[in-house]
Amino acid sequence: MLRAQGRAVHQCDGGWVPVFVDPEKSIALMSVGFLLEKPDEAVVWRGPKKSALIKQFVRDVAWGPLDYLVVDTPPGTSDEHMATVEALRPYSCLGALVVTTPQAVAVGDVRRELTFCRKAGLQVIGVVENMSGFVCPHCTECTNVFSTGGGEELARHAGVPFLGSVPLDPTLARSLEEGGDFIQDFPKSPAFPALSAIAQKILEQTATTLS
Amino acid sequence: MEGVPQDCPGAGSAQAGRGSSCQGCPNQRLCASGAGAAPDPAVEEIREKMKAVRHRILVLSGKGGVGKSTFSAHLAHGLAEDEDTQVALLDVDICGPSIPKIMGLEGEQVHQSGSGWSPVFLADNLGVMSVGFLLSSPDDAVIWRGPKKNGMIKQFLRDVDWGDVDFLIVDTPPGTSDEHLSLVQYLAAAGINGAVLITTPQEVALQDVRREISFCRKVRLPILGVVENMTGFVCPKCKKESQIFPPTTGGAEAMCQALGIPLLGRVPLDPLIGKSCDRGQSFLTEAPDSPATAAYRAVIQRIRESCRQHRPEGAPGPNS
Repeated sequence: MLRAQGRAVHQCDGGWVPVFVDPEKSIALMSVGFLLEKPDEAVVWRGPKKSALIKQFVRDVAWGPLDYLVVDTPPGTSDEHMATVEALRPYSCLGALVVTTPQAVAVGDVRRELTFCRKAGLQVIGVVENMSGFVCPHCTECTNVFSTGGGEELARHAGVPFLGSVPLDPTLARSLEEGGDFIQDFPKSPAFPALSAIAQKILEQTATTLS
Repeated sequence: MEGVPQDCPGAGSAQAGRGSSCQGCPNQRLCASGAGAAPDPAVEEIREKMKAVRHRILVLSGKGGVGKSTFSAHLAHGLAEDEDTQVALLDVDICGPSIPKIMGLEGEQVHQSGSGWSPVFLADNLGVMSVGFLLSSPDDAVIWRGPKKNGMIKQFLRDVDWGDVDFLIVDTPPGTSDEHLSLVQYLAAAGINGAVLITTPQEVALQDVRREISFCRKVRLPILGVVENMTGFVCPKCKKESQIFPPTTGGAEAMCQALGIPLLGRVPLDPLIGKSCDRGQSFLTEAPDSPATAAYRAVIQRIRESCRQHRPEGAPGPNS
């Protein structure tokens, strides 16, 4: 999704070198995707092996000085999530961003994720509601294809901040797949102001935590 | 197996009980004795149990959020519309058990009897089992590592008293990990008719489905076919169609053609699907005239026919 497919991971004295996705080297990326011989190869690993790789990603990658380490996780509350929390716990300022879609079925699973955060002692930075409404490109009517309101209600129920809703935007999906730079190409997209506002809230929240 | 260490070499491996991370593990002596390498007796017990189950179908996806549980639930609803067809729906998404909600069975409890756990029956011919029925609160999180999840799956397959069943549908979490390996291993002797793979049209989803297909081939799990969900959306106001998830590389159709796998069908995105699931109702009966309902029914029919034509490998018992 970050136009880094097919790149290789190299070793240096400090460990594995992450893949930089921009010329300014402001975004570094590490993924098991870079370690696969073929892109369609299945990673058929049980929990312990996945946990071991996650530890390596945290410990053995030469990230260099970072302002933010963003960890994308699979759905659930299992090996990957526990391994990530354990590997990152020695470092300060660990927080969780919890993403849901609006419908009750999704919220039903995500409330369990919030319980995991509480039990793991993870501060919840906030809840984001994704795929929140679709604006028809032909007539601009907005339809709630995956229902509405679930994310905000969930945040209220759990007593955590609601960071905002991001509408469905096919141009975002297309841009990610065709190697475009979404932020450059689509400032007029309905998703853009939503994403920017959420990013801004996260920056403000984490700045107060650090100071 | 409880309390497995982080770097567990695996109970069946040559290092079992002998590796450095085995020190202090409660199962060390058991593993070092070679017991882990012996076949699990549960596989035979499950084969016995599955004699009463005519067809077994796994519903898989590479990616989360593509509508796998929605599809599993509606496959169950669709098959059970024929009162003479006995359907069982097993939810093995241990950490995200959404089947109870989608089936309108939230808050139901499972009972134990002499013949095992009884599933929750939505209708006389439709029984459901999920870890969701074992949790006391909708906020309860199941924070389990792989081995504990595997134990639960073993119990679900061995200890649930389904009765005589024509179709056992197993809804899985996304991916290719513990749950999927355990299902294939525990059902090795009983056999699986095949897997239905769910995707959405975009390349990002298809990439994960290709890995799921690679998994199926690695573990020799037959593939019944692929269902493409969220194919196009018809605006309720202007009635024009748009692609919410653009098929930048030709969608599931192109992928299926390239890999020689049946495309079972393409289901358009209808906002009523999500609403029906949230209310725990069958979309097939809530919106009988929706093109999505027609698409679902066509897929369900293809699956029924495919099962009639083939028996799973290793499956004993009378002909269907």
